[in-house]
Amino acid sequence: MNVFLLKSAAKYLLPLLLLFSIFILLRGHYVPGGGFVGGLIASIAFVVYLLAHGLDKTKILLKYPPFFYIPVGLGIALISGLVPMFLGEPFLTVLWFEDPFPVVGSVGTALFFDIGVYLVVIGVTLTILFTISENV
Amino acid sequence: MLIAVLSGFLIAFVLLVFGRLLKDKLPLVVSVLPTGLFLYFLSFLPGVVGGEAYYFSTPWIPSLGVNLDFRLDGLSLLFSLLITGIGALIFFYSDAYLKRHRYINRFYSFLCLFMGSMLGLVLSDNALLLFVFWELTAISSFFLIGFNNQSQASRRSSLLAWAITGGGGFFLMAGLILLGSITGSFSIQEMSASSGLIKEHSLYALILFTIFLGAFSKSAQFPFHFWLPGAMKAPTPVSAYLHSATMVKAGIYLIARFTPVLGDHVFWNNTLIVVGGFTMLYCAFHAIFRLDLKGILAYSTISALGMLMFLLGLGTESAYLAAMVFIGVHAFYKAGLFLTTGTIDLSTGTRDIRYLSGLRRIMLPLAVAGTLAALSSAGIPLTFGFVGKELIYEATWHHEWGMWGLTFLAVVSNILLSYSGYLAGIKPFIGPPPDISLEVEKPGTGLWMAPLILGAGGVIVGVSPAFANGLSEAAVAAIVEIQSPVSLSLWHGFNEVFIASMLTVVIGVVLFMIVKPSEIRLSTISRVDFLSPHQLFNHTAAFFKRTARTYTSFMHNGFLRSYITKIVFFSVCLLAYYMARNVQVLALPNNLTSVSVYEACIFIVMLSSILIILFSNSRLLAVIAMSMVGFCICLFFVYYGAPDLAMTQFSIDTLTTVLFVMVLLKLPPYLKMKDRSAQIRDGLLAASFGLLVSLIALQVLAEPTSKEVSRFYAENAYLLAKGKNVVNVILVDFRGYDTLVEITVLTIAAIGVYSMLKINSSEVE
Repeated sequence: MNVFLLKSAAKYLLPLLLLFSIFILLRGHYVPGGGFVGGLIASIAFVVYLLAHGLDKTKILLKYPPFFYIPVGLGIALISGLVPMFLGEPFLTVLWFEDPFPVVGSVGTALFFDIGVYLVVIGVTLTILFTISENV
Repeated sequence: MLIAVLSGFLIAFVLLVFGRLLKDKLPLVVSVLPTGLFLYFLSFLPGVVGGEAYYFSTPWIPSLGVNLDFRLDGLSLLFSLLITGIGALIFFYSDAYLKRHRYINRFYSFLCLFMGSMLGLVLSDNALLLFVFWELTAISSFFLIGFNNQSQASRRSSLLAWAITGGGGFFLMAGLILLGSITGSFSIQEMSASSGLIKEHSLYALILFTIFLGAFSKSAQFPFHFWLPGAMKAPTPVSAYLHSATMVKAGIYLIARFTPVLGDHVFWNNTLIVVGGFTMLYCAFHAIFRLDLKGILAYSTISALGMLMFLLGLGTESAYLAAMVFIGVHAFYKAGLFLTTGTIDLSTGTRDIRYLSGLRRIMLPLAVAGTLAALSSAGIPLTFGFVGKELIYEATWHHEWGMWGLTFLAVVSNILLSYSGYLAGIKPFIGPPPDISLEVEKPGTGLWMAPLILGAGGVIVGVSPAFANGLSEAAVAAIVEIQSPVSLSLWHGFNEVFIASMLTVVIGVVLFMIVKPSEIRLSTISRVDFLSPHQLFNHTAAFFKRTARTYTSFMHNGFLRSYITKIVFFSVCLLAYYMARNVQVLALPNNLTSVSVYEACIFIVMLSSILIILFSNSRLLAVIAMSMVGFCICLFFVYYGAPDLAMTQFSIDTLTTVLFVMVLLKLPPYLKMKDRSAQIRDGLLAASFGLLVSLIALQVLAEPTSKEVSRFYAENAYLLAKGKNVVNVILVDFRGYDTLVEITVLTIAAIGVYSMLKINSSEVE
């Protein structure tokens, strides 16, 4: 697909959409959003780039193969659940920092859990899309 | 004790993973295990003979009453010694037999696994634990029988053995659970204490039925006997191990072990006598028609097992003694005969009895071993077999059912058994030298040592049977309260029993002189094969296969559209049935709001998109229209205040459309439905499904709803989880576990897609 308009649009859309996806991820605890939707939006950002510039360039952009993000995300989610166990709380109990952080607001283990979900969703979606577009 | 039982499993695992490091030394190193265990169990002998029983217990699942309870009494010790003692010989023999086999580590791993399971089985005092080991023997013997996994016959027979014994295992489990629920305990000792209660119980017959099915299938009793000849596809050391001392004796062990619990009842005794007696005669008769050495041994094994069942069924002290001694006798001579056969097979390349003769000139030590085993099997005086045979006739002669009938049955079976023993142990070695076309190799020491030890052992115990006094007495004492101390002897005096014994020997020898094995007789007996249980089993299996194939080609034909049709059709039927029976439909709720302009607009857009999908000629157009429908649903979500859902739906729809566009070019040409009847069918199905869903939606509105759950989340989201977005709080906090599992499932899905497509593409390349 050699469309100039799409190519130029993709160049600017990618960072914007990624920023937006992180925004959605972080606000999830208070207003509509969260890791799942955020991950989907981030995937869309890469897919737009994929449609404009092709698979190879998108892979270079990602640096690591998409399935690399899956274990990372799963690991973060799991660790966020395990941390409370060291403090004697049950698995997946949410712990909070005392003071809210600037911009983000209150930060708890739930946020890290959500970041894990975010990464897994990106990894899964892009793995499936990349594999399919490679093999057809 | 726990370590002794579990060592087999441990070593099996180690061998499987690290076995290759040992290379050629592996068999000798592993053989230390059964030898050590044998000595370990031997150290208990004085205590057990003195009437003690050792008890070891480790908690495992105390809440279910399942503990690692092991109890070593006479019966267990007898079996443990056979399992480890013969096991040690088999381990050494296999080294010579499977010299440098590619998967020698696997073989020994399976063998260790099997030995461990057998030991666990005979030592468990907990019925459920016993069942666990029972199943483990079935599984490990499956691997052993199918060890030559390149051959289809081998795979088939291991599957058959597993199906039969595993099927019996199901029944056994049911029986043991029934027993446990009646007595309130799974300890076999406590079960025997409430034996009277069980025999009075109305479920007694059912329990007997299930336990018998388990024991008979394992011990290859008629009509389940046919898996055993099939299992001869295993490497010969495996056959020797499984069919002399272990696997098939498990059923015998079970019956003996449960005699104090269930025995001494007319149902129990008569079933055992009838089934055992029939099996013993039927298979002894079958054995003499076989031409394959292992076939002969297989049928004579079944016959011997039948004899053991029969003896246990007689239910007298002398019968139990005969059974216990015969277990030892049979283990010795049958293992010896099997190993002899294995060596013959290896050095001549054939097991056909017609071509084997005069091998004594080449392998004299083996000839001695085979002859000794055959003599013991025939019950010639001065062998262990003679002692066993005398005891059997003693038991039948003095039984309350009358002396003649049972004794006659036993004598006929024993004559036939001795004939097949001669065929397997002596026939290959006598007569003219073997045909030149047979390229006979001289077997190495490892190939005749083990059978010779077994044969010699049979004679040593036969000459001075007092060796076996203590153990056999302790074994009988585990089954029944013992009245008179056991003293085995060579000479019982000149009486009816001795006459019967001599009659057996003489007729057996005469039979061997006159009747020569031939093909004609084999074909005569195979003419009635269609009546045999094996054929019935095969027909049943073929029927299941056919049904499964028809079902699969109808239900799983690989067309997505057919799957969807079936799923929707099925749901429509179920839902319609439920609605018709339980729900008062047609009461339109009166709290519906009127339709606004926005909703009407969205509705019209959706409707026109659907019409485009239905009537367009281009797939691209259909895909775009499909995503239009999805976006319209998003709008509905937004309109009704579900922004989370709307966002997710929007992203998913986008991605799906992109995916669709990606594969668009590779799809087969767009199918335009021409078939009018298919159109009508699909239309009707879709319409009824839509109608049903609408009705359900209306009905949901009419039903009073409980908002307790949603109110809980709404009230506590901020208090407990410091979040204001209830949906997200539920996802990451209240139901965090679910989410964790969900993302794991997503991962599995991604791995699935990735691997399926990658494998496919690499096959094309």
